[in-house]
Amino acid sequence: MDAATPVVELKQITKRFPGIVANDSISLKLHKGEIHALLGENGAGKSTLMNIVFGLYQPDEGSIEVNGKPVIIDSPNQAIELGIGMVHQHFKLVQPFTVTENIVLGMEPKIAGVHLNYRASVAKIKALSDQYGLRVNPNAKIHDISVGMQQRVEILKTLYRGADILIFDEPTAVLTPQEIGELMGIMKRLVAEGKSIILITHKLKEIMQISDTVTIIRRGKVIDTLKTSLTNPNELAEKMVGRSVSFKVDKQPSVPKQTVLNVKNLVSKNKEGIPVLNGLDLQVRAGEILGIAGVDGNGQSELIEALTGLSKVDSGLIEINGKDITNKAPRFISESGVSHIPEDRHKHGLVLDFSMSENMVLETYYKAPYNKGGFLNKSAIDDQAKRLIEQFDVRTPSIETKARALSGGNQQKAIIAREIDKDPDLLIAAQPTRGLDVGAIEFVQKQLVAQRDKGKAVLLISFELDEIINVSDRIAVIYEGQIVGEVRPEDTNDQELGLMMAGSKVAGGKA
Amino acid sequence: MNKLFKIFTVNSLLTPLVSIVLGLIVGAIIMLIGGYDPILAYSSLFSTVFGNLYDFGETIREITPLIMTGLAVAFAFRAGLFNIGAEGQYIVGMTAATAVGIKLTGLPIVLHAIVAIIAGGLAGGIWAGITGYLKAKRGVNEVIISIMLNWTGLYLSNYIVRNFLLLKGQQRSEDIQDTASISIGWLSDMFSDARMHWGTVIAILAAVFFYVFMWKSKQGYELRAVGHNGDAAKYAGMNVKSNIVKAMFISGIFAGLGGAFQVLGVFHYQAIFTGSPGVGFDGIAVALIGMNHPFGILLSAALFGTLTYGSAGMSFGADVPPEIIRIVIGAIIFFIAAQGIVRWVLKPFYLKRKKEKVL
Repeated sequence: MDAATPVVELKQITKRFPGIVANDSISLKLHKGEIHALLGENGAGKSTLMNIVFGLYQPDEGSIEVNGKPVIIDSPNQAIELGIGMVHQHFKLVQPFTVTENIVLGMEPKIAGVHLNYRASVAKIKALSDQYGLRVNPNAKIHDISVGMQQRVEILKTLYRGADILIFDEPTAVLTPQEIGELMGIMKRLVAEGKSIILITHKLKEIMQISDTVTIIRRGKVIDTLKTSLTNPNELAEKMVGRSVSFKVDKQPSVPKQTVLNVKNLVSKNKEGIPVLNGLDLQVRAGEILGIAGVDGNGQSELIEALTGLSKVDSGLIEINGKDITNKAPRFISESGVSHIPEDRHKHGLVLDFSMSENMVLETYYKAPYNKGGFLNKSAIDDQAKRLIEQFDVRTPSIETKARALSGGNQQKAIIAREIDKDPDLLIAAQPTRGLDVGAIEFVQKQLVAQRDKGKAVLLISFELDEIINVSDRIAVIYEGQIVGEVRPEDTNDQELGLMMAGSKVAGGKA
Repeated sequence: MNKLFKIFTVNSLLTPLVSIVLGLIVGAIIMLIGGYDPILAYSSLFSTVFGNLYDFGETIREITPLIMTGLAVAFAFRAGLFNIGAEGQYIVGMTAATAVGIKLTGLPIVLHAIVAIIAGGLAGGIWAGITGYLKAKRGVNEVIISIMLNWTGLYLSNYIVRNFLLLKGQQRSEDIQDTASISIGWLSDMFSDARMHWGTVIAILAAVFFYVFMWKSKQGYELRAVGHNGDAAKYAGMNVKSNIVKAMFISGIFAGLGGAFQVLGVFHYQAIFTGSPGVGFDGIAVALIGMNHPFGILLSAALFGTLTYGSAGMSFGADVPPEIIRIVIGAIIFFIAAQGIVRWVLKPFYLKRKKEKVL
């Protein structure tokens, strides 16, 4: 094979869905040993394109060539046969099975046709794991290993099936910063061993760090293909969103007023009786954004659940505007002036099989004008949905569209619209920009600041340090269920926060 | 009108329709293997049902309880619950209606029937409510409780009939009083003495109620939210537990009413059952074929009732054992559950249509 022949070439791929052109004559070349990033906003058509490459969709027009030969990929099996493997964003693993069992699933090596030759598979997986520095224990059960490790199992799965072309779909969305570092190392190793990678992402930082080439897609069209070394994040963001994007959040100094949220000595124990909230104190005042920084698993989720009434605490006090809401029901708390952008928008934020208009009144359906004598007032609900969708620029084909059909960014916009429209005194935003692209992140952060400027109290919980530092007026660090320190964003940096998040108290931190 | 059209859009109707055709074909193949004539069998099946007024009326009688148990299963399903206990709820509904029909005296003609119907519905609702309560408060799986309550309901009913309502020397209760009957005499006369009753009318109204309640009311909105995503419902401030109890209660009312109609409109007494009558179990199949939509259930109960009632004629006319019809029904359910097969059957038609569009 000629070295200049691309391992995969997409020619003029077009894919239409009812009412939308998801891919509009997209062409792309992936060369051997290259990391080719596919950059685009949510809903730009990246996933559709990769699903075409992986045989899940058929293009309406255009053709695909693998190693210079035209091919038709009509199923994932066909894609695997051609050496294409996909590492999905949401892992497809059987939890109680071991790593090896998961990897061989569907192509189990048999002795005499029946007995599973487990040991041979373990050896093969071990060898692959060593070759690419994946450090996976083939005998571990999936539910015992970390998310980062599970992702490496997904990578092994494709390698085991002989993939030379790996597609990574938003691989870092679920990883911690350390795990992201490790993944980058693994990807470099993979290309060094002659694999080729397509990386789907909307994180500019990662693209700059690791990719060789980047193709930017906007609204189904290729905007540009660039050498990464010859570009910069600002140029990429502008091409991706179609306008210039500021990474810095514009805001005036805060003018905090009375205390809205007052949390005193909150204690909550898990099923094993270990305190996950261990005497936590916290105040948020009107007109300020308090950011909670911390490593995942230090009590953030439990704090949110306690504040919103989703779970009960063992002791302590939670007050909103001086009113006790400790261990009250979610509706009572919501009516007391608390809005909540939940951490997991699919689990808590939306009923995915409800229409957009039904989702827009999820917390207010029982009130007038949506409830008229026990019946839903469809026209009032639809009007509300139309108004919010327009005001917050939620891109949906119609208000009757199911929430499931929307991209992550638009789902999040819809939730934020609903929560802000409740006109709360306290807005709790948990990981509000997780999995969103630059344009959507900018939008969400602006909304938070706008709420602050309107005199609301905002509690921001995020694992993204950049976000905490950029958006917050005050930063509280949570560690093992306690607030271990408080700093002002202008007086601190990543290093200091990182140390505090790891549990070492910083002398300068004022309480 | 537009909305009504939407409910019966091609795609939602296509799968069950194709499944029905495939199910009938499977039945035909099995008849051929067994050496029977499928064309004669099916034609005698349908000529039984549509051949004379009496049999047509009796087919409607057969369809009515299936609508009710079908609605019961579908209602719970829409709220994310699997009500396998429609059978037990149907039986206790029968018994409550029988007891009121026999023991309560002195009520005027329409009122007595209404009280008996309400008693039957409430009994079914409470029976299902037990399941809902245990699920909500204790987290016990609703399938297991409702299955066990089927047997409890069966034997409880037999006990009550035997000890309190028995007609001396018979394996059945006394007749209910005439004031509690919901038979429609003039309609029965029209249908050559087929057992016609008001329950059929109420069953159709129940389907309309189901639709309005589930998709138009605030309570229905809550039930659907809980059914689709309990976590989001809780987040939105809904009381998930009480919604589970409510959903089961209403579901049980449907089944209980079905039982009450059967006593008050058809038999006018309750027999001591030697085994489960099976109407509640058939309701699961009816709900499945009707895609858990009330109007779909009206159609699927009609199909189910037609096939069941007509199967007797099939064995007369073509000497085919009526059990074959259960195979047909089983096959229909199989094809509905395995929608991939239906889509595969339809694929060539879709491709053709697509090509035409291109041209």
